[in-house]
Amino acid sequence: MSRLKTLVNGIIKGNPTFVLVLGMCPTLGTSTSAINGMSMGLATTFVLMLSNLVISLVAGLVPSKVRIPAFVVVIAVFVTVVQLVMQAYVPALYQTLGLFIPLIVVNCIVLGRAEAFASKNNPFDSFLDGLGSGLGFTLSLTVLGTVRELLGSGSLFGIKIIPGDAILVFILAPGAFIALGYLMVLFNKLKKA
Amino acid sequence: MARESNFKNMFLCLLIICFGGSALLGGVYLITYEPIVAAQAARVNQALGGVLPQFDNMPAEEAYQVEADGKKMTVYPGTLNGELTGVAVEATTTKGFGGQIKVMVGFLPDGTINNTAIISHTETPGLGDKIDPRKSNFSLQFNQKNPESFRLAVKKDGGQVDAITAATISSRAFCDVLELAYKAFRQSIQKEGGDQ
Amino acid sequence: MEYIIIIISAVFVNNIVLNQFLGICPFLGVSNRISTATGMAAAVVFVMTLSTLFTYLVQYYILDPLNIAFMQTVTFILVIAALVQMVEIILKKISPALYQALGIFLPLITTNCAVLGVAILVVTKEFSFGGTPHMLDLPQSLVYTASMALGFGLALIIFAGMREQMDLVGIPKPFRGVPISLITAGILSLAFMGFSGIV
Repeated sequence: MSRLKTLVNGIIKGNPTFVLVLGMCPTLGTSTSAINGMSMGLATTFVLMLSNLVISLVAGLVPSKVRIPAFVVVIAVFVTVVQLVMQAYVPALYQTLGLFIPLIVVNCIVLGRAEAFASKNNPFDSFLDGLGSGLGFTLSLTVLGTVRELLGSGSLFGIKIIPGDAILVFILAPGAFIALGYLMVLFNKLKKA
Repeated sequence: MARESNFKNMFLCLLIICFGGSALLGGVYLITYEPIVAAQAARVNQALGGVLPQFDNMPAEEAYQVEADGKKMTVYPGTLNGELTGVAVEATTTKGFGGQIKVMVGFLPDGTINNTAIISHTETPGLGDKIDPRKSNFSLQFNQKNPESFRLAVKKDGGQVDAITAATISSRAFCDVLELAYKAFRQSIQKEGGDQ
Repeated sequence: MEYIIIIISAVFVNNIVLNQFLGICPFLGVSNRISTATGMAAAVVFVMTLSTLFTYLVQYYILDPLNIAFMQTVTFILVIAALVQMVEIILKKISPALYQALGIFLPLITTNCAVLGVAILVVTKEFSFGGTPHMLDLPQSLVYTASMALGFGLALIIFAGMREQMDLVGIPKPFRGVPISLITAGILSLAFMGFSGIV
């Protein structure tokens, strides 16, 4: 039961984007379409799971003063693994997401979960926590991506469903800020009700 | 090892983590090295396959550099049974609205444009990105046109090209890159002619 | 001439926050007051330029010759983290006044994705300032980075000015805090779009 709670916590109650407001850069930068948002979310989930797992394994052995640098190295290693694998097997996607893949290293969610959860809990729970937070992040990126793609190019997951021109500004930079802003308003409103 | 923060512990701990991490990365790098190289080659080959008429050689391996207007461009000759069927030129312009536009242009031996493919660009999504054939038919109007007789400029500038609505700069840049590619093509044809 | 193009392009056209989405966290986090925003901006300009100097040298004189460019992310983040720590220690010793002004912002900068982002951009992206596409050389990289950081500062300070005004008006409850900030940032970003295409 509590394991399930660990997993679900990151998805809704502790949603990284809408509740904790962490990791804004990739959220805004890669959500031009539902597919892009989802891929970015899954890449982050992968890093979160593995770094949480490894960090909870080594946390007891790391002297507290060098805790942060040690964690950062672990995270950076997994990010590089993702970079290399994506370059090899999904080069087109790697090109689209571009700079935001290496920047997973400085995503506050990853280091945040490592500090707040993985360094104090057992490996299995940490793994689940990473999976939960990652899926929460993926969910919000996909939602934002869907909204922007639908409004900005009239399509859904790459399939055109609204004929004619769409509201272009939503796939440009300003649309990212505005769409996310209004989604948060909606989230706040629903949370109250 | 204890959690005590003395110098020896801190040093050893970071050393071990860095060493382990590097070893892991080295391994992953070795595994992914070949697929990465293959993926990069596939991108070029895919673009070449789209813009050249039939060929049975390996244009990517026979590529050479040509200079036109002070810019170096890569030229990929396509041959069928030893006969030249087309030439692909990879050209870059910096006159796009968002900066660079990199295009692969396929020419028939007489200079007619066979097809074009965008390799990379940073034009505005929804406006300038219509230079990409996956987004609009803009770039298709150049196919089967010979720059010898077809004026590569938008109608506003006295040419024969229908510009993309609200994206004149991107359209101009696309004409510019084709013009550049055509110059490189002329150079390469002269060179090929000289060789034979 | 080339440098002028680099500066205008980096500060206005490709503004790091409003156009490239880097450094959003400090942009939303420390933009309550113009005075704190100015402090943060100064710290970012300083650290970003310095870290690019080091990462540039690391890339071209260590990673590239050894053919281990894939270690880029790991080495860059370590260089930046170590650098920020060192700056903090040195500043504390030699200029306590400056340390007091910038000190509290320094730890925040390590996790500022703008610093790592620009460091990576500078050594991986082909730029087209002045005609032909090319990689930036060292002086160009430094000017580019400093301009990027100035662009960050500009956006941050303008935004702080807007948020100070917003404190004085009644905002509907669900909009309070981050949502209204994001929407305001969107409108600011819309204004900055007017610069696109000028270089």
